[in-house]
Amino acid sequence: MVPLSWYIVLSAIVFSIGMFGFLVRRNLIIIFLSIELMLNAVNISLVAFSHYLQSINGQILVFFVITVAAAEAAIGLAILIAFYRNKPTVEADEINLLKG
Amino acid sequence: MKYVLIPLLPLIAFAINILFGRKYIKDKAHWVSVPAVIMSFILAVGAFMDVKAGKVININLYDWIVSGNFNVTIGFLIDRLTVVMLLVVTSISSLIFIYSVGYMRGDKGYYRFFAYLSLFVFSMLILVMANNFLLLYFGWEAVGLCSYFLIGFWFDRKSAANAGKKAFVVNRFGDFGFGLGIILIFLTFGSLEYLQVFPGAHSIVGQTLNIFGHEVDTITVICLLLFCGAVGKSAQIPLHVWLPDAMEGPTPVSALIHAATMVTAGVFMVARCNPLFVLSPVAMNTVAVVGGVTAIFAATIALVQNDIKRVIAYSTVSQLGYMFLALGMGAFSAAIFHLYTHAYFKALLFLASGSVIHALHHAKHDDEQNMQKMGGLRKYMPITYLVFILATLSITGIPGLAGFFSKDEILWRAYMGGNLGKFLWFLGTTAALLTAFYSWRLIYMTFHGKFRGTQESERHLRESSPVITVPLMFLAVGAVAAGWVGIPPLFMEHGDRIGAFLAPVLGHSEGHGTHAEEFMVLGASIAVALGGWFIAHRMYIKRPELPQKIMDKFQPVHRLLFNKYWVDELYDKTIVQPLLKGSEKVILGIVDAKIIEGVVNGVPALIGAFSRRLRRIQTGIFSYYGLVMALGALIIIGTMIFLK
Amino acid sequence: MSVPQFFFGYFAVMLIGLSIMVVTRKNPVHSVILMLVLFVHIAGVYLFLNAEFLAAIQIIIYAGAILVMFLFVIMLLDLKKEVTERRFLKPWPLGLVVAGTFMVFITAVLGKLTVFPEPGKYSIDRIQAEGMMMTIGKVLYTEYLLPFEIASLILLVAIIGAIVLAKKRLE
Repeated sequence: MVPLSWYIVLSAIVFSIGMFGFLVRRNLIIIFLSIELMLNAVNISLVAFSHYLQSINGQILVFFVITVAAAEAAIGLAILIAFYRNKPTVEADEINLLKG
Repeated sequence: MKYVLIPLLPLIAFAINILFGRKYIKDKAHWVSVPAVIMSFILAVGAFMDVKAGKVININLYDWIVSGNFNVTIGFLIDRLTVVMLLVVTSISSLIFIYSVGYMRGDKGYYRFFAYLSLFVFSMLILVMANNFLLLYFGWEAVGLCSYFLIGFWFDRKSAANAGKKAFVVNRFGDFGFGLGIILIFLTFGSLEYLQVFPGAHSIVGQTLNIFGHEVDTITVICLLLFCGAVGKSAQIPLHVWLPDAMEGPTPVSALIHAATMVTAGVFMVARCNPLFVLSPVAMNTVAVVGGVTAIFAATIALVQNDIKRVIAYSTVSQLGYMFLALGMGAFSAAIFHLYTHAYFKALLFLASGSVIHALHHAKHDDEQNMQKMGGLRKYMPITYLVFILATLSITGIPGLAGFFSKDEILWRAYMGGNLGKFLWFLGTTAALLTAFYSWRLIYMTFHGKFRGTQESERHLRESSPVITVPLMFLAVGAVAAGWVGIPPLFMEHGDRIGAFLAPVLGHSEGHGTHAEEFMVLGASIAVALGGWFIAHRMYIKRPELPQKIMDKFQPVHRLLFNKYWVDELYDKTIVQPLLKGSEKVILGIVDAKIIEGVVNGVPALIGAFSRRLRRIQTGIFSYYGLVMALGALIIIGTMIFLK
Repeated sequence: MSVPQFFFGYFAVMLIGLSIMVVTRKNPVHSVILMLVLFVHIAGVYLFLNAEFLAAIQIIIYAGAILVMFLFVIMLLDLKKEVTERRFLKPWPLGLVVAGTFMVFITAVLGKLTVFPEPGKYSIDRIQAEGMMMTIGKVLYTEYLLPFEIASLILLVAIIGAIVLAKKRLE
């Protein structure tokens, strides 16, 4: 029998890797992939809790997370395309219009 | 709710003029302010009717400060004392506003003048209508601020700007004490509302306060601190120095603020706090002595001044001294009565002198207020001359006119007040002699004899326009008739209607003197009034060379008086110069050069250096922001884990 | 080591390895392909946890829809030169430290999680008797009806928003 904590630790590791990717990658597409990775890491822990607590709510929550992830990816990539038209780059450190 | 409009209308006029005056209203500013003040006057008459019918209005409009047990509301108390003040303030303001239309015409700050004047009326009305000490203090400071604005109205004149500053700073001294007094009232009574403080005043008699190891009577301390404020605002010794300098302001301002209303705020405040003052004989005697000494002190200075407005200014200080003398003798209603009559005849004197100055505005600037350069104006300005005579008759106490009744009431009450009272009566009567002398001297120097100015300015001499003379005539009626509401019982049963009217608030004054004594006091007053007139007439009409001779003979005395007892110089040497020297050393040398300069230059340098580094954080790259955010989340999680 | 533990070990190693690969590949196309493999493995984990419906959705939506969209975008944006450039931002060691510390914190706290509260009513037997779809459907359309509708609204907004954002200005 696999203890719950193993799943949680797995989830934490995958989440941290996603976080690392989000924080340090330059390529925007990979940054988006990292976000998806983090969401999936959370999903793993949700499903694990759902299974071990014998509660269906966790799975429902994953359902919603997938919905939001899909929406987020769609909008994010759309912004990326719109941005690419103005400035042909997908490098995070070249997108510095926020600079004061 | 109509009572709220009394102060609100001038405030609205102020807001309109100050916001839109510069661009849109310009020289039509009086169309905003004058109707507002006249409406206030009409409403004040309405309030007077209501109060006369026996109502006392106490309304709380708004919770201003609610903090623990410190509760202050914005609320109005309209009782008999308040309505008298309301009538005085609004009626005089209305007339002076109309006068200003003529006097200030063509001034480049016309809209500004009416804006400030409206603000002043608002503040003054708040001051008299307040139902608690903090709102009173608000009005008190607001009138001071307006006074500062208006003294320095012609701020491009250095002396005017300086006079404004002087008035402001000198008033700080008094207001500091006043503020402390209010704090002490709150600490003692736990409230600032009049209607909670005054009824509880009896309960703290005998309570003492430890100040630097000395046990002091609490109520005496409160009263003396409050009186500090009154001394500053009403220009009593030793804080009288600002009022004569305040004459740098336009003449309507001198009339309204520095004669009729604001400077009497101190008198009003002491009268308002009479339930406190009557419990402290020490405070009462202090008030009386300060008043009496100021009355004669200022009168002696006025004897030799040559600036027409300064003479009247010292006269104002002297008359305010009378009011405090009355307050100190417990004759609160007599003080308010004198305040009320004084407002009319003193405003009249100022406005009439303004009319003279206006006629002389083609003279050199230094000469237009100098009586040495006037003379013979009566044939050019008959109306001004006439009202000047009426005002002078009134102030010198010629029987039948306003000043006679109120001044006589004060002197009579002083006479009845024991040994100290007799002494103060003597001071007051002597001051009355001096008052008569300098008032007539002013008239003779200005209106009689031959014109001593340049031919150029003589050609332009003419009577002022009706917009100036009509308010003068109205005020002249007041200066003559205002006293008829306070005829002493000696002449007319129930003649002292104003005393009876104010009795519920200010207490009734009962006399102990005989008729013979009363006639003696009366006779002395009339004698000195006529005596002063006679001396002035002799010196300035019959033998015009006499003043110069006397001046030469009593050179030191003249110099002493002419230089106003060197009080300004004394303050300059003892307070201003050491302060300047000290601050030059400390502030300029150390604070300014080292600390301020250091801070001023150092902080931007520091910020610059810091932000040059800090700016790198603001890269505009969202990943870095995310990094910092993650770091923050990490710190929060870490703290939660390790603090557990 | 029991069979489930062996399989968990396999999935765990694969997931961690694949995710490291995903975030470190130079070419985004490689990342997306690896992500596809990773999603399949996550679906496997779901199966182990008796969540077969979610496993199916994971493959269909993530692998079938979202990743395809990623690929489309990569193809759409001609990204040849990016492949040759730096992969990481300059302060990447800091990011590594932050993410590493984060991982340590989370595992330190949650790794010791053994206390189980009262088990819920959805035991494996019950789900088996009722059927997975039936169980989720019942809960989703009763208890979670409002969030479900909101989710559909979010998707609608995303569709419209994506079209509006991505379309060329017609002028």
